[in-house]
Amino acid sequence: MHVVVCVKQIPDPAEPGKLEADNTLDRSGKLILDESDSYGVEMALQLVDKAGGGEVTLVSMAPNGETGGLRTALAMGAAKAILVSDDALSGAGALDTAKVLAAAIKRAEPDLVLAATESSDGYTGTVPEQIAALLGLPSITFAKEVAIDGQTVNVQRQTELGYDEVTTQLPAVVSVTAGVVEPRYPSFKGIMAAKSKPVDELTLGDLGIDPSTVGAAGAGQEIVAVEDAPAREAGEIIEDDGEAFQKIVAFLDDLKVI
Amino acid sequence: MALNRIWVYAEANDGTVTPLTLELLAKARTLGDTVEVVYGGGDADAIAATVGAHGASKVLATGDLGGSLPGVPVASAIAKAVQDGNGPDLIMLGTSYDGRDVAARLSVALDKPVITNNIDIEADGDSVVVTEPVFGGTKLVKTKFTAGNPYIALFRPKSFVAEEAGGGAAAVETLEVTDAGAAKVTNRHVEEATGPKLDDAAVVVAGGRGLGEAEKFEMIETLAKLLKAAPGASRAIVDAGWVPYSYQVGQTGKVVKPTVYIAAGISGATQHLVGMKGSKNIIAINKDPEAPIFSVADLGIVGDVHKVLPKVIEALQSR
Repeated sequence: MHVVVCVKQIPDPAEPGKLEADNTLDRSGKLILDESDSYGVEMALQLVDKAGGGEVTLVSMAPNGETGGLRTALAMGAAKAILVSDDALSGAGALDTAKVLAAAIKRAEPDLVLAATESSDGYTGTVPEQIAALLGLPSITFAKEVAIDGQTVNVQRQTELGYDEVTTQLPAVVSVTAGVVEPRYPSFKGIMAAKSKPVDELTLGDLGIDPSTVGAAGAGQEIVAVEDAPAREAGEIIEDDGEAFQKIVAFLDDLKVI
Repeated sequence: MALNRIWVYAEANDGTVTPLTLELLAKARTLGDTVEVVYGGGDADAIAATVGAHGASKVLATGDLGGSLPGVPVASAIAKAVQDGNGPDLIMLGTSYDGRDVAARLSVALDKPVITNNIDIEADGDSVVVTEPVFGGTKLVKTKFTAGNPYIALFRPKSFVAEEAGGGAAAVETLEVTDAGAAKVTNRHVEEATGPKLDDAAVVVAGGRGLGEAEKFEMIETLAKLLKAAPGASRAIVDAGWVPYSYQVGQTGKVVKPTVYIAAGISGATQHLVGMKGSKNIIAINKDPEAPIFSVADLGIVGDVHKVLPKVIEALQSR
């Protein structure tokens, strides 16, 4: 069983985000594995284990040949990674990203492609489904449980009212919600092993993609303004002296919700 | 060229049109001359009166999807109409589980971008500009479509206010599906929920990692019950498995705009703020005076939730 997991390397969400002069997200600092992706990596490792063999390949797109986040996922147990890095990809939209990842995934010929439902920085939430469409594969989004049965994948898919049981044939693309599995912490052995695991670094040219069709040049959208959102009026902040609960009760009273 | 024709992707549960669909219709009416809905299902007649009353003149329906997830078949039907020259200028979809699937499949079928997470849209002659909040809603990014129509845009829930327009029932027409899709729903599970729904509760009481352990979420449930509120949660404790995903408020999860939002032990990560910052009044309780949640709080208590919450509960119980 060969599983590809799409992973994104993002600026640390704990740090305040910044925009570049061209209004793209500043990605010049250290990039880390998007925590949302650790669930897909963990699930892939578990599915390969259950299948009794196979491997997990990571596919990622990042500027400047960044591999920091990939090493984290390799340390968890993925076997290898494909990284697409190309200056022409600055300003890429979701569809461009999907085109690049789909081309990279095609090379890996997986039985199953896993991804997070959305990244923690751009959060468009459309890339996994776009990848599936580009590869002509069936897809199931918002999986909270995934099981493989021969050539079939069975998924519990989150819905507004509860969940649906959804089934389709492999190969397929499945996006998983956060919290579906408990991502393992990389062991020391895993971290050491990750340093020498293969990362295949590719450019757009290697994938046969014309740079003028992706990135800012091909995005089909243009940022015309970035404005400060109207700020909320500053509230009253008090230190609890044991009686602060009365402030809360009075506040709720004023609003007539009790 | 103004927007002559707008399509809104309509969703319904058991024949009841979702609030998100009606919100989009209210905005669509202000932008275009003709507003029609696209519907993936066999019960289009059941929604025709409601969407008509909200301004749609037609329901373009795929017919029964035979259990398929809507992404593939609905997108194939829209793409066929566009390729036949019968498409709209703009397609508006809600950020829902199925709305994102349809928008994503459609963007590939038409090779056009989909702009996501929007909270507003303006049309001025040829130019269509959508607004998306970033960095926890502190900045608004305005993006113009440059690839030619139809434009595809996804909107967050509660971006617009639903309002009836007084129209008669919409006419039902068929939209031809060219790809039935291979992912099939075999069974549906409805999780029983008691009390008000998180989406439309007047009061929401939400808990986060500051609660310390799963058992302490009981305090949130108790306070919620006393206030006839819906309990909510930050992503951190949903990820930790303390409460189900359906409790999650934030960028992933639900967008809420209640009269009062009480955040207990929630630091206020960007991902959470996006989902609750539109609340009319926000009360925050957190140990860390530097927690970002205090930047949006109307009343902020720097203190221990384990001490403050039980006292609030006791005070309310004794009334």
